[in-house]
Amino acid sequence: MTLAASSHGFLSPTGVEVAFLLVGIVTLGAAVITVTTKQLVHAALWLVVALGGLAVEYLLLTAEFIAWVQVLIYVGSVVVLLLFGLMLTRAPIGRSPDADSGNRWAALTVAVAAAAALVWVVVDAFRTTWIDLDGAAGGADGGSTAVTGASLFQSWVLPFEALSVLLLAALVGAIVLSRKAAAEGERPQGSTNKAPSDKGKAPSDKDTAPSGKDQAASGKEGVR
Amino acid sequence: MHLAYPAVLSVLLFCTGLYGVLARRNAILVLMSVELMLNAVNLNLVAFDVWLSRAARDALHSGQALTLFTIAIAAAEIGIGLAIVLAVYRARGTSDIDKLRDTAETRPGPGDDGTEPAAPAMAEKTEAAA
Amino acid sequence: MTTTTLAVLVPLLPFLGAAAGLLLGRTAPGFVRPLAVLPTLLSTVFAVLVALRQGGGQAIDAATELTPTGSVPVELALHLDGFAVLVAVLVGVVASCVQIYSTGYLRDDPRYPSYAALISLFTSAMLLVVYSGDLIVLLVGWEIMGICSYFLVGHYWETPEARAASLKAFLVTKLGDVPFLFGLFALAADAGSFRITTVLGAVASGGLDHPTLIALLLLAGVAGKSAQFPLHTWLPDAMAGPTPVSALIHAATMVAAGVYFIARLLPVFTASAAALVVLAVMAAVTMTGSALAALAQDDIKRVLAYSTIGQLGYMTGALAVGDRGAAVFHLLSHGAFKALLFLAAGVIIHAAGTNSLAAMSRMRDLRSRVPDAYWTMTVALLALAAIPPFAGFFSKEAVLGVAEHAAAGEGAAVPASAGWIILVSGLVTALLTATYATRLWLLAFRGHGAEAPDHGRQPVVMNAVLWVLAVPSLAFGLTMGLLPDWFDGHDLTPTLTTSVLGTGLALVGGLVTYGAWRHTTALAARVPLGAVAAHPEADAGVVEAEAIASHAPAYGDVAYAPDPADPGRLLLGPLHRHAAVGFHLDAAYTALFVRPVRAAAELVRFLDREVVETYVRGAGTAPRWLGTAVRRAQTGNVQTYLSVLLAGSAVLAAVAVLVATRGA
Repeated sequence: MTLAASSHGFLSPTGVEVAFLLVGIVTLGAAVITVTTKQLVHAALWLVVALGGLAVEYLLLTAEFIAWVQVLIYVGSVVVLLLFGLMLTRAPIGRSPDADSGNRWAALTVAVAAAAALVWVVVDAFRTTWIDLDGAAGGADGGSTAVTGASLFQSWVLPFEALSVLLLAALVGAIVLSRKAAAEGERPQGSTNKAPSDKGKAPSDKDTAPSGKDQAASGKEGVR
Repeated sequence: MHLAYPAVLSVLLFCTGLYGVLARRNAILVLMSVELMLNAVNLNLVAFDVWLSRAARDALHSGQALTLFTIAIAAAEIGIGLAIVLAVYRARGTSDIDKLRDTAETRPGPGDDGTEPAAPAMAEKTEAAA
Repeated sequence: MTTTTLAVLVPLLPFLGAAAGLLLGRTAPGFVRPLAVLPTLLSTVFAVLVALRQGGGQAIDAATELTPTGSVPVELALHLDGFAVLVAVLVGVVASCVQIYSTGYLRDDPRYPSYAALISLFTSAMLLVVYSGDLIVLLVGWEIMGICSYFLVGHYWETPEARAASLKAFLVTKLGDVPFLFGLFALAADAGSFRITTVLGAVASGGLDHPTLIALLLLAGVAGKSAQFPLHTWLPDAMAGPTPVSALIHAATMVAAGVYFIARLLPVFTASAAALVVLAVMAAVTMTGSALAALAQDDIKRVLAYSTIGQLGYMTGALAVGDRGAAVFHLLSHGAFKALLFLAAGVIIHAAGTNSLAAMSRMRDLRSRVPDAYWTMTVALLALAAIPPFAGFFSKEAVLGVAEHAAAGEGAAVPASAGWIILVSGLVTALLTATYATRLWLLAFRGHGAEAPDHGRQPVVMNAVLWVLAVPSLAFGLTMGLLPDWFDGHDLTPTLTTSVLGTGLALVGGLVTYGAWRHTTALAARVPLGAVAAHPEADAGVVEAEAIASHAPAYGDVAYAPDPADPGRLLLGPLHRHAAVGFHLDAAYTALFVRPVRAAAELVRFLDREVVETYVRGAGTAPRWLGTAVRRAQTGNVQTYLSVLLAGSAVLAAVAVLVATRGA
């Protein structure tokens, strides 16, 4: 290991490393735009780019199953769900000047400080560690579906089942939250919502019911 | 590949998400930032898993298994989170986090100034009684 | 009933009467008078029975320990010797007389129920002191008397004099009680017990390590209670209380307690020659000083108050020469005639409508208005002046006799110097006593001028009591042949030398005063003087309260009247001015103690206000500012909280890493 590490310096990057670096820059840029853009819908779309970039990084790290799961769940469902949420909360389309709250500078300070500390620690700890991606085990790819599936259902079957219970609980919780909100919205008519008329209120109530179902569906999707 | 590349990327993504959580006003954007942070952790897990399994130190693929679990939990979290945000939005008519300030004390008004002169007056009274 | 049971009932009955009187005073006013008089009378009867059964024989001791109280046990103990039973009889008789007299004297007083109950409690406390065989139980009675005197002296609390006098009485006696308490503890620590018998046993076997210290500490308490120099100043001022209270305090209870206490523990005092000399000097200063002051007083009750101090000086003088028989003999006879003097003075004040002798000397025929008081007071004054064959003569001659013995060096363990001091000062005081007694009598009953105002007859009970007390004043001296059996056995018969000397001096004093009075009385008509508080239909208490309250406005001082017709003024000459104010002792105390204490209180007040309070305010203000600052951070914005939390954790992580790498 040390021998391998000594033969690979920072100044002689391999091809994989260059690709990782480029995709990483794109991912990071997309993430930064996600948290800074003033258009809320754009933020969701840039999140898609960032999450997709991460999927590519997984591929580069030879974890192909994770990569596809990432694409499926995050890009396919989570972002869609977030867009639904934005719509249901009537997020303004276009630039909204107050997308950031007042403590932006404090947040920036904290984030930069945390980044500095973590980068310093991580680089200090792992600057010589080398990942042998070419595969000592020949064709047996560590991240392939077969290997992952085998390990998941051999070594991790108990946590896996526990996780399914957790997802069930989350599903029930989402339904309860939505239903309670619906019941609340029906009784004190318009006292909480700022809807100007009953006509405007009725659709909003209707909208919530499918959204709850949708979340439940997404939860199930997560299990699969 | 050097482990430092994915690790540093993970750190940077995490801190970007952190900034988003702290700085964004809209609750749904905060949830997006949380997703970013979770993904940063996932990347870390995958990178270390690859390193450790290639170095034949870990035969269980624990990193990848945990990544899968994290993804599932993140999906559940985003569902619950959005339900809460919608409930709050319906109750308050807003999903701006910095307008949800019920935990704060009500703004100090004239009552605060009123007690200030009352305290010395009371001290005077007790002294007179003594 | 056994003698012990009777003896327990004697202090208990007035106590129960007091409790019942306090409880029923408002709800059942009809029971108040019986509840005041009957328990006291009954306990007097029991006291007489106890005295008869004890009969001067072997002392009766009974003790029970209620509960263990640490290293030195406190027991409910009785110690009945001849002194105790006779003093108890005196207390009972005087208290009964006072209670009966009060029913007439304060018949319309709205606070009579509480007054009568306090008198009963006072009596009960004194009886407890008399009978108790345990020093701590004695102390309980001692202190109850202190608080009762505070309430009773302040009975007319509407007047500022009474308020000041009650506070003064309480504080001055407490000032003596603090060393007294220390003395008791020291005594018990040396003797290993609070029981009087055990203590006396320890003294007899020489078991006391610090006799002088203990005796001097105890003397301070006795001086406070028995109004001896220098703690006597409360007694003249205590005249602001009702006359029956004065009679009770002066004749039988409070002031007698101190003398009685020394008599009980006399071996402790005779164990220290220094203490005896101090006691003798104290007694001598007290006697002569108070007799001079009595000669200059204008208030009839203050004259009597100073005379009480002087007679107490005789008693302590007898104790200083180591003879408690003579002391208690004088205590008994003095109790009788002093109670009579005060009660008669109450009648006179009521009849004259004033307490001022100067005003009385300008009234014609006051004596025919109050014939009972006139005759009984004459008897009592003769007893006071020690003219044979009245009671005072025998008791005073007993004191002078033992002093002469001591001066001749015949007393065992008593320094001859103490004997000489007592003998000389006693003879001087005999002269002065006769002088002020004559002056009092002449001014009160031989006045010239306008007709005395008619305030109607006094209640029968008041006059009847006077005659009851006149009997012992007249004839108590005849018991001197029996008394030695009850006391230590010393002979109390007057010796020839002192008798001739004392009586001669008394006669000289009386004649000189008469001459001076003849000389000055012509002036009285030329200088009109006198203010009379006329309330013909009100009870005597109201008249007295008004007389006391109006004395200072009318004459310029509580104790003093600018009367050129006063024979005392002529006799004392330049000394009169000082004697009238008690030789400026109050002023000295004011300068020495009151002013510094007040100044210190001012200083403390200033420090408290300006210094301590500043810190307190600062301690309050700083957290308030801090709180305001912290409250500003409490915005309710979750993101702010989270930012701060994460910033903190980042700092912590950095510190942890730094420390870890430094350590590595």
